[in-house]
Amino acid sequence: MDMSFSPDDQTFRAEVRQFLQDRLPERLSEKVRLQQELTKAEIEEWHAVLNEKGWLAGNWPREFGGAGWTAIQRHIFDEESALASAPRVLPFGIAMLGPVLQKFGSKEQQDRFLPRILNGQDWWCQGYSEPGAGSDLASVKTTAVRDGDDYVVNGQKTWTTLGQHANWIFCLVRTDPTAKAQEGISFLLIDMTSPGITVRPIVLLDGTPEVNEVFFDDVRVPAENLVGEENKGWTYAKYLLTHERTNIAGVGFATAGLAALKRIARAQQAHGKPLIENPLFAARLAEIEIDLMAMATTNLRMLAQAAAGQVPGAESSMLKLKGTQIRQAINDLTRRAVGPWALAFPSEAVEGANDDLPPGPPEAAAATRAYLNNRKLSIYGGSNEIQRGIIAKSLLGL
Amino acid sequence: MDFGFTDEQTMLGESLARTLERGGDAAALSELGAGLALMTEEAGGFGGTGRDILMVFRTLGRAAAVTQLLDSVVLGAGILSAAGEADLAEAAASGEARIAVALDEPGQRYDGKVSTRAEGERLTGEKSLVPGAEDATHLIVKTTDGLWLVEAGAEGLGLRGYALMDGGRAAEVTLRDTPARRIGDAALLDRPLAAAILAVCADALGAMEKAVELTTDYLKTRKQFGRPIGSFQALQHRMADLLTEVEQARSAVWNLAGNLDTADRDRHVAATKSLLGRVALYVAEETIQLHGGIGMTEEYELAPLARRLLAADARFGDSDHHLERFIAASAA
Repeated sequence: MDMSFSPDDQTFRAEVRQFLQDRLPERLSEKVRLQQELTKAEIEEWHAVLNEKGWLAGNWPREFGGAGWTAIQRHIFDEESALASAPRVLPFGIAMLGPVLQKFGSKEQQDRFLPRILNGQDWWCQGYSEPGAGSDLASVKTTAVRDGDDYVVNGQKTWTTLGQHANWIFCLVRTDPTAKAQEGISFLLIDMTSPGITVRPIVLLDGTPEVNEVFFDDVRVPAENLVGEENKGWTYAKYLLTHERTNIAGVGFATAGLAALKRIARAQQAHGKPLIENPLFAARLAEIEIDLMAMATTNLRMLAQAAAGQVPGAESSMLKLKGTQIRQAINDLTRRAVGPWALAFPSEAVEGANDDLPPGPPEAAAATRAYLNNRKLSIYGGSNEIQRGIIAKSLLGL
Repeated sequence: MDFGFTDEQTMLGESLARTLERGGDAAALSELGAGLALMTEEAGGFGGTGRDILMVFRTLGRAAAVTQLLDSVVLGAGILSAAGEADLAEAAASGEARIAVALDEPGQRYDGKVSTRAEGERLTGEKSLVPGAEDATHLIVKTTDGLWLVEAGAEGLGLRGYALMDGGRAAEVTLRDTPARRIGDAALLDRPLAAAILAVCADALGAMEKAVELTTDYLKTRKQFGRPIGSFQALQHRMADLLTEVEQARSAVWNLAGNLDTADRDRHVAATKSLLGRVALYVAEETIQLHGGIGMTEEYELAPLARRLLAADARFGDSDHHLERFIAASAA
């Protein structure tokens, strides 16, 4: 058994590390490390740095301007980025829409939209979920009715992450209300500046407006913005979801989070000694670390399978389940590690505009917010209950 | 055996709940006598037992109400009346005075060690996380040699306020040669602090009960895949586990309420706070999860309850801190 990375992969890792050292601005990594919210401009700044290097779309083939990385290279990039506290690459254009357009979009759509994703002209958001369609995505009700050269769209989307910054949204819309649930859905690209669109922020538990509701009121969308064939949207949506689940284990985030947790635990005192030496705390920390070591290996085993040409199936559900449990456990222990300072809650601390900084270690301000915000990990992208259902059905045949 | 409430306690709980439902403010709570219900007869009130505290705070927790009853009355007036400061204690219980209690210091974690010191009748030091300090008329300050009373606006007293996750506010407090009056030894804290921990636990119990009710209603109404999600056995079992844990929490709170004035108080404080902290987090996390995305939103009524449950664990020592205390107390 050989559990090491190939020499090529090791060279690649060194190159990524060097690049991050040279090009990642410290003011960005500092904000990421302290789990502060990045502004739109800061996210775009990092995207531009990556694009200049040709690394923004690691998952895209070279013919479309991507880096054409293997699954293992992508994993290495994600891991090194997280360890260096680099801003994450937003998935909406790069990881979600890009692959769909490359596989199912027309030549015109590819030529028009793909370059604009890379150069930052367009910020995409995802219009999948609706108030009545969460994990049960096939029950979307937003309608698109053909009228001449346009579709007329009416309905409501929700949980639209960072939709407040977006100028385009890709949507699942119902084009045939009489067909069976999955069969009357189409995949439509909609300009967010079209008349009839209203975006309303949803403030989350942690006090940040990370997600939005998007309302469509007789919005006219040119028919050329339909991806693929009418009523075949479910196929494209499923294809997109398999791409959404890349980096689902979040090993890099967990590793970086664990390192931050240890920093805090070394700085905090309990009974006159560093908290990290407290037996009870040390045991809790060790259990998480042991779990993470095993899960990281599960992740690599599955990447090796993928590299060998096997299509990962329900195993990705196990990675989602365990990966999110571990990240939430790290968030939980971090909140506990800052002790009473977890009580302070800078709820208006959006985009760093916070003149009212609470006491305690620098990480304390973010510990509670990160804990609350990351409760979403077990809810979004197919809730962990849905993942358990998939595991039971496809791996156990139950 | 008697695990019930007196008629007076039940009536108070009911009128308190109604007042809170109507958005009752501090004045309305005072009028009801909520503060006086937390004080013993010797201290000028008409309650003050473990069960009085349980009833009042469970009701406050259900409503996620932000009040000064815990800090100003249970803790503040409790210390004052133990110190023989009857007039100020009664003023605090009726809401005329507001007491902030400054115990913790920067860099210190739940273990009560302080370095704020007195020279003559002047205090110098720093206090951290003092709830209600900005609105207080008086501060009780713990120093290396006991408890001191400082008046709001006193010379050399500095405050820097910020929001707390349960909706209240606290402040960092600096004392620079600030005039003060000594009111007694730190041992005066023992019973009021135990009562305050009971209050936090009872409050968390109320918040848990409410969170579980909201979740039950949601599971009955929210439909996915063509049926109410509550019809899925996986979710039913999780609700059953939740209810079972909340029942444990309820009994733990009763244990502390019943032992607040017995020799076994410290062990029950540690046991109850440890269990409550653990169950509070579990209930917060599970009820958010069972709601899905809605549970993540600020506008839904679960949000303040969930944050209150988190806050309950972080106040006066978290579940691990009290687990260690329980181990030590049990070994003794």
